[in-house]
Amino acid sequence: MTDSTPLMVTFFIPWEFSWLIFGCIWAAIILFVRGLRQGVEPGFGRSLAFFLGVLLMYLVTQTHFDYWSQYMFFVHRGQHLVLHHLAPFLIALSAPGTVLAAGMPKIIKRWFARQTKLRQLLTKAYRFVQQPFLASLLFVGLIAFWLTPEIHFDAMLSERLYWIMNWSMALDGLLFWWLMLADTRDRITPQLSYGVRMLLLAAIMLPQIIIGARLAFSKQVVFDVYAVCGRAWPISPLADQQLGGLITWIPAAMMSVVAALILLRRLLHSQSNPSPAN
Amino acid sequence: MVLSRILIWVLAALAMGLIGCQSDTEWYGKDIRGLMPDLEFELLNAEAQTVTQVDSSGKINLLFFGFTYCPDICPTTLAQLAAAIRSLPESMQQQVQVLFVSVDPERDSGERLRQYAGAFGAQFVGLTGSQDQLQALTRRYRVTYGYGERDANGDYNVSHSSAVFAFDKAGSVRLLLREDLTPAQIAADLQKISTE
Repeated sequence: MTDSTPLMVTFFIPWEFSWLIFGCIWAAIILFVRGLRQGVEPGFGRSLAFFLGVLLMYLVTQTHFDYWSQYMFFVHRGQHLVLHHLAPFLIALSAPGTVLAAGMPKIIKRWFARQTKLRQLLTKAYRFVQQPFLASLLFVGLIAFWLTPEIHFDAMLSERLYWIMNWSMALDGLLFWWLMLADTRDRITPQLSYGVRMLLLAAIMLPQIIIGARLAFSKQVVFDVYAVCGRAWPISPLADQQLGGLITWIPAAMMSVVAALILLRRLLHSQSNPSPAN
Repeated sequence: MVLSRILIWVLAALAMGLIGCQSDTEWYGKDIRGLMPDLEFELLNAEAQTVTQVDSSGKINLLFFGFTYCPDICPTTLAQLAAAIRSLPESMQQQVQVLFVSVDPERDSGERLRQYAGAFGAQFVGLTGSQDQLQALTRRYRVTYGYGERDANGDYNVSHSSAVFAFDKAGSVRLLLREDLTPAQIAADLQKISTE
């Protein structure tokens, strides 16, 4: 019934190994470390936030945690909380742009500097998706989209759709929190005023509360895919769904509050030394 | 603006793709072609001999995971499959085979497995395997199973998939039959697979 491999070892064996994730995680770490060695000094707090964010992304996708996420609804909600909220939040908070750019190998930097057309196109596309309304619509829309029962069913059934789902959450999380937490050093991301940011953070809270609370209070099992595929361990389907609803509702909405507090602090700070404020 | 036009096209393509995936209205079960792999397994039969998909070829196979001590899902599902098969024309009944895979090999030994599966009909084959074999197969179909705590009598509950996977005679994956289907609906789907 139980195999002899110690739990700690089994935990760190990826359930479904992905070269793409593995490559991206290592590229991020190597670029950041190279950037630090080039003399960019983001400070201890920002470095810690960056590494913690990257590590969290790795832990929820390339360990046994991913297995539990596939076969337990509430763990799946926890996985998305990390992929869409917590980890991208930490990475965006660390504002790693300058460090990563400094760590980029010279050949790539030179090549990229010559691609004026490509750079323009990328910047244009990036600014397009970073329009305030579109960005918040994407943020909430993706949660609602993947939690549509029929779509959720297919996503948990098909390996390909499952990874599309998780990538879309992580990338959108990075986009949204980057937009919310961008400071004046960031010259590409649209610089929204503090007021607009606060408004968007409040606006995304309500739909998340509704989606989460509906699941938490539902008396019917909405997602039967976990019964169809089997759960990681025996647990009542409703308890699983209620826990999942609470995770979608409370900590997810709390992230807006945390972001708002950080912005408030920045606002007060910029008012007391008025030099580089926006 | 060029970008918004591109975005509209991308969204339209995505919507078309999703509609394309859900063209399963003509089936009672869920069409899972393209979502799941074809039939392939290596397990042990009640005589502890190795069997593979080759031993099941030429039949419509219904794959179901469970355990013989199961109090609810397994007997209900297997009884529904039995009723569906009995309602088929005699000649067709022989073309269907139910692969009942026990994910509790510790308690479901040969004789018990044979008796349990046989009780539902001649088309029911009881199979099990080592944990490695079972894990390879459940992983292939993205389902899982787990064991609960043992009680004072040493009994324990087992969580497992409630789905029945249907494969056509060529072993190609076709349908996922959920537990809310009636025997008549299952029979209609089986007939449709067989007459194609």
